[in-house]
Amino acid sequence: MTVYGTVAVIIYLLCSPFIACFMSGVDRVVTARMQGRRGPSVLQPWYDLAKLFAKESTSVNNIQKILVMAHCFFAIFSGAVFFAGGDILLVFFSLTMAEVFLILAAYSVNAAYSGMGAQRELLQMMAYEPMILLTAVGFYLSVGSFRVEDIMSASLPAVVKMPGFFIGFCFMLVIKLRKSPFDLSTSHHAHQEVIKGLTGDLSGPAYGFSELAELYEEVLMLGIVGLFFITSDPRSFLAAAVAIVIVMFCMSLIDNIFPRVKWETLLKAAWVVTFFAGGANLVILSFIS
Amino acid sequence: MKISKSPWLLHYDGSSCNGCDIEVLAATTPRFDVERFGIINTGNPRHADIFLCTGGVNSQNQDVVRQIYDQMPDPKVVLACGICACDGGIFKDCYNILGGTDTVIPVDVYVPGCAVRPEALIDGVVKALKILDEKAEKMKKGEYRSLTSDEYAEKLYGDPQEAVPEASASGDKEEKNAG
Ligand code: SF4
Repeated sequence: MTVYGTVAVIIYLLCSPFIACFMSGVDRVVTARMQGRRGPSVLQPWYDLAKLFAKESTSVNNIQKILVMAHCFFAIFSGAVFFAGGDILLVFFSLTMAEVFLILAAYSVNAAYSGMGAQRELLQMMAYEPMILLTAVGFYLSVGSFRVEDIMSASLPAVVKMPGFFIGFCFMLVIKLRKSPFDLSTSHHAHQEVIKGLTGDLSGPAYGFSELAELYEEVLMLGIVGLFFITSDPRSFLAAAVAIVIVMFCMSLIDNIFPRVKWETLLKAAWVVTFFAGGANLVILSFIS
Repeated sequence: MKISKSPWLLHYDGSSCNGCDIEVLAATTPRFDVERFGIINTGNPRHADIFLCTGGVNSQNQDVVRQIYDQMPDPKVVLACGICACDGGIFKDCYNILGGTDTVIPVDVYVPGCAVRPEALIDGVVKALKILDEKAEKMKKGEYRSLTSDEYAEKLYGDPQEAVPEASASGDKEEKNAG
């Protein structure tokens, strides 16, 4: 691991919760303004997280908490691999692993809402995984390596060669950041069918850990958005930051325009986007290279 | 950091006429933007800090109320919203009504009114937040744990399983009705 990688990982481990809390705070305020409300303070996600860890620790069974901790660990691990400049395939695989642990935690309690949430999470994975894996392939075809540090030292931003992948990835981001489809496993909206589904039977610190994992995941996802723009030129980091802000804003906008998207629509839409945006880009890329 | 900065609500409609529910739900709509105060209407007892209970408790829903209460992690507060939830209200003498929320679980704040006025409801929640902070403080020092519904029933009636001994409750009321 390079010196740069070590520093990046340390910053990632220490600062991610703060950065992600601030970003989702801003997101909540922006959403509220779009709806003509004042909205909470930008520190609200931080208050929520701190509260969850201050609450009594109860759990339905012995294994639930361990599974949630494993989920949190793998989510943090995937981010660490990414920021260390490691293999992007490993990042995506361990992220899937993290997801699987959360699903197991939900199934372990044997409750109706959790079970339904877990089922929907599986469907949701079916919707976004193809595109996420294609993105890794796209990076390989355009840069010639799966390693993040190689992708970062390219002379041309990856997005130039893979705009289709970028669009597809952003589409999956709506799902990954638990935004749009309101009836999915655990969307951020108050009124949803499955009452917080997947996380329905987690309480207090255990729920806190799943939220923490989500914060780390958010930073990782936005890091990948940035990766599309980063080159060996240091100025490209600025372009990446601007791109992240724009993408975040678009996420809020999409979330507010389509507040009642259901999972059936999502599944179809996700595959159509994967096929046309990702697939077409893939074919073109493989002809060029 | 105070726990009252992030109070998540849970609303349960017991045996009410729906008047109070409409008020409670209206107060939590985006129109009034309770999210300003960090309030979220969760719909899940495991995530909730404040339990808003409307309507009385009857022999069918008493187990539901007790289960919801027991599933909420400490610190937690219970608000009885409306006169029905305070003591049974207009339904008090019905054959199936046990009484207010406090016949099955401990209540921290009583908010009167038929239907409960939004202003009173807000006052009640503000009061509840103070209690929530106090409880959290005491919990941190290890001085506090809330009663489970079984312990509460035992304290009240000397029987952990049955909240209100059913025979005597319905018996009393039949006599009253007959008289
Ligand atoms: S207090 Fe009045 S409005 Fe509220 S549930 Fe009872 S009867 Fe209905």
